[in-house]
Amino acid sequence: MESEQLFNRGYGRNSYNSITSASSDEELLDGAGVIMDFHTTEDDNLLDGDASPGSNYAMSNGGGGGGGASSSTHLLDLLEEPIPGVGTYDDFHTIDWVREKCKDRERHRKINSKKKESAWEFTKSLYDAWSGWLVVTLTGLASGALAGGIDIAADWMNDLKEGVCLSAMWFNHEQCCWGSNKTTFAERDKCPQWKTWAELILGQEQGPGSYIMNYFMFTFWALSFAFLAVSLVKVFAPYACGSGIPEIKTILSGFIIRGYLGKWTLMIKTITLVLAVASGLSLGKEGPLVHVACCCGNIFSYLFPKYSKNEAKKREVLSAASAAGVSVAFGAPIGGVLFSLEEVSYYFPLKTLWRSFFAALVAAFVLRSINPFGNSRLVLFYVEYHTPWYLFELFPFILLGVFGGLWGAFFIRANIAWCRRRKSTRFGKYPVLEVITVAAITAIVAFPNPYTRQNTSELIKELFTDCGPLESSQLCQYRSLMNGSQADPTGPDTASAATPGVYSAMWQLSLALVFKIIMTIFTFGLKVPSGLFIPSMAIGAIAGRIVGIAVEQLAYYHHDWFVFREWCEVGADCITPGLYAMVGAAACLGGVTRMTVSLVVIVFELTGGLEYIVPLMAAVMTSKWVGDAFGREGIYEAHIRLNGYPFLDAKEEFTHTTLAREVMRPRRSDPPLAVLTQDDMTLAELQGIISETSYNGFPVIVSKESQRLVGFALRRDITIAIENARRKQEGIVLNSRVYFTQHAPTLPADSPRPLKLRSILDMSPFTVTDHTPMEIVVDIFRKLGLRQCLVTHNGIVLGIITKKNILEHLEEIKQHVEPLTPPWYYYKKRYPPSYGPDGKPRPRVHNVQLAPSSSHYQEDEIEEEVRLLDNSSL
Amino acid sequence: MYYFTGVMSFIAQSLRTPVIFLAFLVLIEVVSFASADKSFEDVRCKCICPPYRNITGHIYKKNVTQKDCNCLHVVEPMPVPGHDVEAYCLLCECKYEERSSNTIKVTIIIYLSVVGALLLYMLFLLLIDPLIRKHDPYTMPLQNEEDSEDVRPRVDGARGNTVLERVEGAQQRWKKQVQEQRKTVFDRHKLLS
Repeated sequence: MESEQLFNRGYGRNSYNSITSASSDEELLDGAGVIMDFHTTEDDNLLDGDASPGSNYAMSNGGGGGGGASSSTHLLDLLEEPIPGVGTYDDFHTIDWVREKCKDRERHRKINSKKKESAWEFTKSLYDAWSGWLVVTLTGLASGALAGGIDIAADWMNDLKEGVCLSAMWFNHEQCCWGSNKTTFAERDKCPQWKTWAELILGQEQGPGSYIMNYFMFTFWALSFAFLAVSLVKVFAPYACGSGIPEIKTILSGFIIRGYLGKWTLMIKTITLVLAVASGLSLGKEGPLVHVACCCGNIFSYLFPKYSKNEAKKREVLSAASAAGVSVAFGAPIGGVLFSLEEVSYYFPLKTLWRSFFAALVAAFVLRSINPFGNSRLVLFYVEYHTPWYLFELFPFILLGVFGGLWGAFFIRANIAWCRRRKSTRFGKYPVLEVITVAAITAIVAFPNPYTRQNTSELIKELFTDCGPLESSQLCQYRSLMNGSQADPTGPDTASAATPGVYSAMWQLSLALVFKIIMTIFTFGLKVPSGLFIPSMAIGAIAGRIVGIAVEQLAYYHHDWFVFREWCEVGADCITPGLYAMVGAAACLGGVTRMTVSLVVIVFELTGGLEYIVPLMAAVMTSKWVGDAFGREGIYEAHIRLNGYPFLDAKEEFTHTTLAREVMRPRRSDPPLAVLTQDDMTLAELQGIISETSYNGFPVIVSKESQRLVGFALRRDITIAIENARRKQEGIVLNSRVYFTQHAPTLPADSPRPLKLRSILDMSPFTVTDHTPMEIVVDIFRKLGLRQCLVTHNGIVLGIITKKNILEHLEEIKQHVEPLTPPWYYYKKRYPPSYGPDGKPRPRVHNVQLAPSSSHYQEDEIEEEVRLLDNSSL
Repeated sequence: MYYFTGVMSFIAQSLRTPVIFLAFLVLIEVVSFASADKSFEDVRCKCICPPYRNITGHIYKKNVTQKDCNCLHVVEPMPVPGHDVEAYCLLCECKYEERSSNTIKVTIIIYLSVVGALLLYMLFLLLIDPLIRKHDPYTMPLQNEEDSEDVRPRVDGARGNTVLERVEGAQQRWKKQVQEQRKTVFDRHKLLS
């Protein structure tokens, strides 16, 4: 039933509009429909240049011959109607980078050749040339503004858990006491305007009653925020949950998830991100900000036909947008560009680098102008150190790196195990309940401990900030006594033992560390927007601060040890615990995400101290080594694998000696490859093949006898073309002849009018011979971003290799080599995903997942389309 | 010309959708930032003075210009006698800070109104909508999958003449998409687990 309906909708849309799959981007696409019809002529030409077969899609010679060749057939093609929708993709499909790039080059050539015709054409070409910069500017503006709004709103909401500003409701705690002269040195955030809930409700500030009241209100607000966030996500935009970076990585590598970067996702993610952060859950807003920025990039790219029409070009904008996202998340524009390059992007030409740079710049500028924190910085935890570090300190830094790596490996294992449980058992059926439970536990456990009660960003700020005479926090209480020589020359110089404040702070920090570690494992993957950067950094910062204070005390008590003797004089300020906190934060983040360069640059931009690059590099590198020893993939890759996204990681090496023949489909036991012949099939036969099989594309051969390859036709294009012909052309009936050749075959006089499908035929599919090593095939797929590749022998088609076949093959090899770690395979065997919530079998086939190897298929199946033809047959 | 048409129809289409809220938010943010004059309470010079001899630490805040933001101008009454002022002031750290209370106010108000609107809409969709449409054969509550094929004529009618019909059609289409997403994420766990 359901699939029928789905399909029907697709059909209905098909006839109106060229885009089949409905999505939240739909209106945008509809709006651009006018443009699309205009533009598809180019696609047809592109596909049609038969004078030089191979010049259309082959990357090397596409530049020279294509234009001339297509012009020779131009007249003929103009007689045909351009078919709208050919060259677009279905939901959950992989794009063909080569095809998209060629399409763009063709479009560019066309605009360039028309440029001199008129002033209007010239303006259009200028607009076209500038649209890349325009779209990244708009993206940067929007993401900067949204990040500023999120920062302000999240701070306010977070403080709403404690109390409210009576004089001006919209101020958070700090802003409320902005001008108040009642604040004291010890309690800097107390002022009469700010009322805690106990004060408001009970009328008393101190005492057990007010503590309980505050406790209750804290938990109440946390729960309401969490509940509101998860219900908004569930009702309006389920795609808004999670961090979004694994999905964006997959999208950038060429996957289509319709609606993932749409308007509703953007709005709900923005709104619920604030709620989620304010609810006190152990999550951050940095990862989701990347998603928000990418949504902006996607939405603005619809304004420019250059980007809205071309999936490959759109991904360039998205790369730039992710740079802008990190730029505003950490106030690190260059770190953002490097993040985009190192972590998320798949295809990153120099042009994109510059655009990312520009987008990051614009976004950072806008955020700085909004000045959300009132400290003229882009992030809350900006710190500046000026103290030097000593060579001996590299040892604790490397220790922190080891801790970071261990934490990263442990976190990835534990979180993936938990997420798999959520994915595969009934437990995953209650997302709202789960969020509420986690939020309740977090709030109840967090409140008594001041280090967990406060906002995580503030905690990081406090841990990063070095103790000086100006600091009054508990962490720094020993300062005024032990090292009082700075502040007070007459003070006791040796009273270092009197540090009960620091010791209790240590206890609280250790408890906070354990708490954060446990809660983060259960929080990441909840169905609310949840980033990982801030909790990881907090864990690292806590650990680093503890180590820093330990080293400091060691140096204080044993300043005669030979490691300290040379540079640490008695009473001198030689260890900076804040620096340890920062190194620890970088190490933990590195252990979880396995980033290196971008991470160091981000942290370096947070501090603005060039001299700390070496400690950071040492710690991050150690953490990556230690983490890689336990498993090579970072958290994002692990989630990609867990969810089975078709992501071909460029970092992994392929070292096996299999041949293309062994990987290609059909396998020996499978039915033979479904092929089309170029001129002796009727429409009914064609429809029969399409409805009987579920493949996404069919090789076209000369004839059943010769079996030589002519080209490749995509299923979606065929169905669209047939649909189009039915509506537009007279006399197309079931026994009309279908031909892919240039000229119609000779037919008996009484036969119905033949249908020409040449315009949808890809004349230059990528082919390899059956003896090509898989190493090379994998490389071709990675570097060119292919979607499928045909395997031939003496020009005869033997089979086909798709991206998903390759991923399956890689997985099989992994199974073979290390049978102990089968994350997604394991899950698939245990959990056949074809059952609905009501227990009834679902007619829809799971098309994101890789197919279990038992079922015969070459490519992902789409049953809706099978029915499309059934229903529409005459 | 087609660029223009495309852009215009894009704008017209997007009017139906909540993206307008976001555009509005961005716009207001920029406007309020641009128009925010440095009002009286939007700047401060904050001096933190640590404990000195027997004087406890203190925080001083004052509205002064950036060039006057130093201990001598801000710290008053001066807690130490004249000859000690210099030593005391050396310990103090003064920071000039500015904020835009307008931006904060507008952001919070917009945020709350968007949340409120979404909340109302959510309640409408979950509680009132099913009641209204009980006898309507075309549309069924969000969770119902069985009758959804009946929606098709309605979806086709999305290109209806009146504005109301178009909005209706768009809403139905949107509901379908969200339902699809919900199934993908929450039931099948294909994405985002």
